[in-house]
Amino acid sequence: MKENYVIEAAGLTKQFGTFVACDHVTFKVHEGEIFGFLGANGAGKTTAMRMLCGLSVPSAGHATVAGYDVYHQADQVKKNIGYMSQKFSLYDDLTVAENLRLFGGIYGMSRRQIKEKTAILLQELGFENERDTMVRSLPLGWKQKLAFSLAIFHEPKIVFLDEPTGGVDPITRRQFWELIYRAADRGITVFVTTHYMDEAEYCDRVSIMVDGQIRALDTPAELKRTFEAENMYEVFLSLARTAIRTDS
Amino acid sequence: MVLPFLIEKEFKQMMRNIVLPLIYVLFPLSVINVVPRIATQEIKHINFSMVDNDHSPLSQRLVHKLSASPNFHLVGTYPSYRHAMATIDNADADMIIEIEPEFEKKLITHGMAHVAVATNSVNGMKGSLSTGYVTQILADYSAQLRDEAGLDAGITRTARFNVEPRYLYNTTLDYKLYMIPALMALILILICSFLPALNIVGEKEKGTIEQINVTPISKVEFILSKLIPYIVVGLFLLTFAIFLAWLIHGYWPVGPLWLIYLFAMAFVLVMSSLGLIVSNYSSTTQQAALLIFFFMMIFMHMSGMLTPIASMPQWSQTLTLINPMRYFMEAMRAIYLKPVTFASLQWQFMCLCIMAAVLWIWAIVSYRKNS
Repeated sequence: MKENYVIEAAGLTKQFGTFVACDHVTFKVHEGEIFGFLGANGAGKTTAMRMLCGLSVPSAGHATVAGYDVYHQADQVKKNIGYMSQKFSLYDDLTVAENLRLFGGIYGMSRRQIKEKTAILLQELGFENERDTMVRSLPLGWKQKLAFSLAIFHEPKIVFLDEPTGGVDPITRRQFWELIYRAADRGITVFVTTHYMDEAEYCDRVSIMVDGQIRALDTPAELKRTFEAENMYEVFLSLARTAIRTDS
Repeated sequence: MVLPFLIEKEFKQMMRNIVLPLIYVLFPLSVINVVPRIATQEIKHINFSMVDNDHSPLSQRLVHKLSASPNFHLVGTYPSYRHAMATIDNADADMIIEIEPEFEKKLITHGMAHVAVATNSVNGMKGSLSTGYVTQILADYSAQLRDEAGLDAGITRTARFNVEPRYLYNTTLDYKLYMIPALMALILILICSFLPALNIVGEKEKGTIEQINVTPISKVEFILSKLIPYIVVGLFLLTFAIFLAWLIHGYWPVGPLWLIYLFAMAFVLVMSSLGLIVSNYSSTTQQAALLIFFFMMIFMHMSGMLTPIASMPQWSQTLTLINPMRYFMEAMRAIYLKPVTFASLQWQFMCLCIMAAVLWIWAIVSYRKNS
């Protein structure tokens, strides 16, 4: 298979004072794959992701996203990525359609493109009746689906999802992953962090971070074989137990 | 063009806010209508108690003359200073005027007699102003007596000559007319400095700024999208305030109107960049609000809005040179009261422009899309 990487991190490090949140992380992500980024709270997942999105400046090491250097070509990177943060961050005092319009506009889509795309998207999500609903009055699961759709509204090459299904019920999570698969089918690379081990099974490849370092990286099947585990949950536990840093 | 999308969003959010549109109407109304009526340093009502130890025609005339003045109100006549003092203790009177025994006789025989004036000066400003008024009336009376009888008499030693002041520009010495142009600055500060700062820090708190920071929006576009709506509203409210000043008080700028807008633009640029700098360094709305409040207090008190700059200590006079509000206020007062031209205000305009340039560079450099 032809190796075509859309994310390449080499020795990526972020240090806050004496605390090394992300310690020489090196990995590559293939084009079009769903890449699971696992780790306990405080393992450094979000920090790594923020560096890849250009929100945080690396203390050392470098990374390229979509072929652009995250530090020196941050603006080029930003044109090619979508990002959904851990904390819901759409404007809750704008309606569903207004949020789509705003972000479509920001990414340089024309008013007509936005209008067409909005209609398609609302139909796909089954949100036709919520077009003019204030985002604040949507249920959490709907908000998350909307946030994801918005992150890929401008057809980025890569989408970064930071714990996208936190606090969401199992049925909605299921639907959410269907959306992820649909995006992956369109060729969008998905980089996702999660705490749910069943979700880890859905990924093409998974990395597990412990204390700021990547301790394992492979397909779920291969990981289970290596760690002689029944499921991803056991794989995660056997690695996470070695952690020195804890949540507290 | 990204900017129209962003500005559209700001206006939508602004109008959906419960408080903001209300503030836009109420703030200019109260600032222009109420504040000038209450924030006044004119002394118009002075209560005085009289102790007349002479009871002669000449002393009686003095009492009448004092109580005839529109600013003076006679509380009562008392037999002794001690009795009159009770009216001051009870806060019924502001001053005691005591005429010495044999006032008339001394005037006629020696050409000189004494009147004692005791003033409650807890409020120093009121005390000295009212003493000044009394002195004027006494001098006037003395001159009158000289004229009448050819008496070479002076009831007081002051004012042997006649001064007739001619007041320029604010001919009726109307304090409101002096305050209103200054108060317009407050409106601009609130709208163009406070609000954008709180807006940006609010986005930081809610986390929505993250979603903006991962997009390719440039710093300048983002900053402009935050400022343009408030600058538009600010200038609109300034117009509203100018209209209200005319409607309620009948004041219209003597100088050209376009000069007001020219200065307002420069001032708004300075204040909004300050708001941005504050928001760049604050992570909570509380911090931002306190910081801006701090600046506002200092700007207000060191701008000459309430007390003249010329009577401040030298160090503070020097400090006012870096206070943008000082220049704007000087310009506004000048435009409202005098038929000024741009040439006479170019120093103020230049200072505002320099400040705007420096603060803008700072604002753009200190805004970071990453950490």
